[in-house]
Amino acid sequence: MDLTLENISKSFGEKEILRNISLSINSGEFVSLLGPSGSGKSTLFSLIGGLLKPDVGDIFLNGKKITNKTGYISYMPQQPSLFPWRTVLENAILGQELSRKRDEEKAKMLLEKAGLREFIHAYPHQLSGGMKQRVAFIRALLSPQSMMCLDEPFSALDAFTRLDMQKWLLETWEAYEQSIFFITHDIEEALFLSDKIVVLSSRPAQIKEIIQVPFERPRNESLLLTYPFLEAKKQLAKILDHTNL
Amino acid sequence: MKKILLTSWRPAIAIALFICIWEFSTRIFQIETWILPAPTVIVMEMQEVLPAFFPHMVSTIRLVLIGFSIGTTIGIGVATLLHHYDKLRETIYPFLVLSQNIPIIVLAPLLLIWFGLGDTPKIIIIAMTSFFPITVATLSGFQQTDRELIHYMKMMGASKRQLFMKLELPHALPAVFSGIKIAATYSILTGVVAEWLGAQKGIGVFMTLASSSYRTPRVFVAIIITMLLSLSFFALILLLERMFIKWNREEIK
Repeated sequence: MDLTLENISKSFGEKEILRNISLSINSGEFVSLLGPSGSGKSTLFSLIGGLLKPDVGDIFLNGKKITNKTGYISYMPQQPSLFPWRTVLENAILGQELSRKRDEEKAKMLLEKAGLREFIHAYPHQLSGGMKQRVAFIRALLSPQSMMCLDEPFSALDAFTRLDMQKWLLETWEAYEQSIFFITHDIEEALFLSDKIVVLSSRPAQIKEIIQVPFERPRNESLLLTYPFLEAKKQLAKILDHTNL
Repeated sequence: MKKILLTSWRPAIAIALFICIWEFSTRIFQIETWILPAPTVIVMEMQEVLPAFFPHMVSTIRLVLIGFSIGTTIGIGVATLLHHYDKLRETIYPFLVLSQNIPIIVLAPLLLIWFGLGDTPKIIIIAMTSFFPITVATLSGFQQTDRELIHYMKMMGASKRQLFMKLELPHALPAVFSGIKIAATYSILTGVVAEWLGAQKGIGVFMTLASSSYRTPRVFVAIIITMLLSLSFFALILLLERMFIKWNREEIK
């Protein structure tokens, strides 16, 4: 699955939000969108999800035009957004249900792997914040669409849980052939997770730079303290600094 | 259960005290039975009159259940319709709220003229009293659906039907039940009062007969049983709510 954005621009009335955004995500690639808060990252997701129509430009998935069409991507929001009346298992298969392809066995297997064996039939309010995000990610992963859009999924978690979740996300993702488009405003998170980082400027958002992340996979947390990682972090901070973060 | 016992002993004592004061004051001040019968007199009357009372009760319950079911079904249906058609909602909703302020019982004489003395006018009155609270509660339940969850569903490409069946309907269930609870308490009362206006059988008929012949203890019997019926109907709805909404209850716990 590869996703291509061509010259996307979007304004709301007088307010110009996105200007001339072009980028592509290759099959199986992990791409982060890094930019200051309020720079229109979520608007870009709504465009890819087909909820909004760009003023200019088009969006392609595998060469097929999906501009302003819904149902082609899988989505994980900032808040876990689990349905309180559904059990963990029922929540996990919601994405499948929407496209009428239920596979409970696969869901159970993934939930067990995520350490949620005892919670399969529990309700979301019985889970911790990190567990809820795991379920939300599994829900996105189980959806038949293989392009996943993750909108700052870990920003509401505490630092320890966040690192745990990042490691878990990498492990889980590496086992599947999914492409991920990941919104974040955390430099370290972007570097640790992605193959490619798209840096946005503040409003109107334009692409400041696209950086290839050179680190080998599989990655683990020891990478975070190596010299090349810190160097890359410094460079990225510099680029962001010029965009008046 | 323990919790219920722990918290309910105070009101239980208060009620017992109230009944005692009532009993003794009727004896001390020698109040005539047809003005205010003592609780013991009411209990004795109840034992005596219950076999004769029973068919009246059954008749009222039947009317209420029919009217209430019709009101609930139409209420949820109308709320669903208004939720999906914005223009219709904007047109009808103010009218709905306005009509809630008309005491339905004042329409009763009119309905009697139109539909005669049979069950129909009474069923209509009960259905109407149930209809309004359920419609308003259900509609606000639909309208208050979590924006984040709606956004998720839309991003995932959910159809309008999926959005409604998988999100808005289950999300509104607690609101629907709070409407149903209000309607349930009203409906028994409305049923009894509607029967005052004319019927062959029913608690209301029993009451008017008893009061016109100054058999005050019987009036009290009817009042107490109406209260008990209202309470049990409410408890039944509560039970249904707990069966349907497991997640909410556990949240409270």
